[in-house]
Amino acid sequence: MTDARLIELRKITKTYGVGDAAFQALRGIDLTIRRGDFVAVMGPSGSGKSTLMNLLGCLDTPTSGQYLYQGIAIELLDADQRSLLRRQELGFIFQGFNLLARTSALENVELPMIYRGIPRAERHHLAAEALASVGLPDKLRNTPAELSGGQQQRVAIARAIVTSPSTLFADEPTGNLDSKTTVEIMELLTRLNQERGITVILVTHEDDVATYARRTIHVRDGLIASDETKPS
Amino acid sequence: MLGNAFLIALREIRRNLMRAFLTVLGVIIGVAAVVTMVTLGQGTTMAVKSQISNLGSNLVMLRPGMGFGPRASSAGVPNFTQRDVEVLRDQVYGIEAIAPVKSSSLSTIYRQKARSTSVTGTTPSYFTINNWKIAEGRFFDENDLRDGNAVCVIGDTAKQELFGAEDPIGRLIRIGAPNSSSSSSSSSSKKSSTSSSSTSSSSSSSSSSSTSSDTVYSSTVQVIGVLAAKGQIGMGNQDDTIIMPLTALQRRLTGRTSSRDVSQIAISAKEGSDSERLVSDITALMRARRNLDRNKDNDFNVFDTRQIAETLSASTQMMTTLLAAVAGVSLLVGGIGIMNIMLVSVTERTREIGIRLAIGARAREVLLQFLVEAVTLSCIGGLVGIAVAFGLCVGISKLIQVPFIFDLKINVIAFLFSAAVGIVFGYTPARRAAALDPIDALRHE
Repeated sequence: MTDARLIELRKITKTYGVGDAAFQALRGIDLTIRRGDFVAVMGPSGSGKSTLMNLLGCLDTPTSGQYLYQGIAIELLDADQRSLLRRQELGFIFQGFNLLARTSALENVELPMIYRGIPRAERHHLAAEALASVGLPDKLRNTPAELSGGQQQRVAIARAIVTSPSTLFADEPTGNLDSKTTVEIMELLTRLNQERGITVILVTHEDDVATYARRTIHVRDGLIASDETKPS
Repeated sequence: MLGNAFLIALREIRRNLMRAFLTVLGVIIGVAAVVTMVTLGQGTTMAVKSQISNLGSNLVMLRPGMGFGPRASSAGVPNFTQRDVEVLRDQVYGIEAIAPVKSSSLSTIYRQKARSTSVTGTTPSYFTINNWKIAEGRFFDENDLRDGNAVCVIGDTAKQELFGAEDPIGRLIRIGAPNSSSSSSSSSSKKSSTSSSSTSSSSSSSSSSSTSSDTVYSSTVQVIGVLAAKGQIGMGNQDDTIIMPLTALQRRLTGRTSSRDVSQIAISAKEGSDSERLVSDITALMRARRNLDRNKDNDFNVFDTRQIAETLSASTQMMTTLLAAVAGVSLLVGGIGIMNIMLVSVTERTREIGIRLAIGARAREVLLQFLVEAVTLSCIGGLVGIAVAFGLCVGISKLIQVPFIFDLKINVIAFLFSAAVGIVFGYTPARRAAALDPIDALRHE
């Protein structure tokens, strides 16, 4: 079933800078991720995991190699087309939450739908629904400053999933959270993966967090060092 | 896409109202200044025009004297004669009406009130030439002129000062030399004034010229009309005047001291006539009549109110343009203020731009968002500025007594200009925002 292959990377390299200053962050990555998978990408800092994440999230383009997302050759797309792909297919959550300050939770969650041109009433309805599904049905009017770190990350998750993306990229989503909140957030991501079938790609350096994933990939010196899938 | 950009921009503005206010303050002040200046300037021009048309719109005034303005001198310059008036009327084409004028400042007395007023002797056509309207009573006519009747028509100010609330028609006032404080008894008499000619008795000595230093007799004159007020013009008050038949003034007050006792000639031009041609014809004829050699300057001046009106309104318009240009500079500074804040705001909001790009905003949508934000701000500034200007114009025009003329054109222009300011000065920051790389922007602290 070819449809199951959501992401395919072939001989991906990424070089920053030119000449003597050139630095090869990725040195030939081959990777296939199946639809509905829960993947943790691990590795020490400078290993290239962030570069890999940016490439997978279509925020950056490879220096060489081929990246197919649902069969679309990403390296052939220009910045605007990648923006549209992110808008339609991808969701992002970050370590620093990255919510708009002085903006209510509801309006933060509405943001991607504004770019999608979804009418106001539907936008409100979907945003409220998304916030309810992450456990914040009563925080619609609160601004980020009025929410705890865990609540902010929940708003960010609601914003990422409100457009029903096929893949959710989580870049150190629990890096700024305590252990109790970390468990809550990871359980929420697991639930989204299982109940909605959203593919989750998670970057972390914490083993505890990585255990929530079905598949763990270790990156070292720009190459995949190990790739383990838990027996189901 | 534009609708979305507008929505996002409005939310951004709402998120930081204080910053938005400070950003647009410059535009508010600039637009308000431009609109106020132009509106008040147009009001002033209008006021000047209407005051001059009050004078008589096709009025040409002939006065003896050399030169113009502060260097003008009338010393030793002969006055005009009654014959000059006749010759002008007969020989110059384009004259509708012509009147000889003899004015002097004389004291006027009614009961206990005495004050100095400009007393003018002339012919009935003076009223039409100078656009006077009668408020009460009547003008004097050709019969009064021929008979030298001791009648007069008084201006509004003269009426207020001498009579107050009293009805002046039919009352007798005493007119005489400025310092003659005697004889205030005859005023209570309500009899016709024709009998009072005998009062001009003493000191029949006369000098050769008819300047104000002449010996002046005093006489009792009956008020037969009150002129409609014209209002202040420049420094002089036209309404502080008493007008009587020239013959009466000569016979009863100043005496007919010489044939050259016409101190001014008032002429109204025919409707649609060429006023420049008229002025040059009058000048040529008068030069010939006064035997001026070719190398000599005119010893009289010809004032054409139409030309004066044009000159005055041209200069107020130039003033308006100048002030508006200065105010325009402040609008430009306001625009630079917008650019400054928007540039700072792009740096400050780098992370936000990163989030938007990651979520799927295209570069052009970010550009549009920032551009719309700048234009929205500057348009709000423009609207507020127009409102402020409206208030200022209503207030100031009352204060300086200039008509308030709402000019849609300048308001629309100022608004469009403020929008243009937003586009011009918002573009650079917007470009900078749109050129950001999402990864770098997200990493920005």
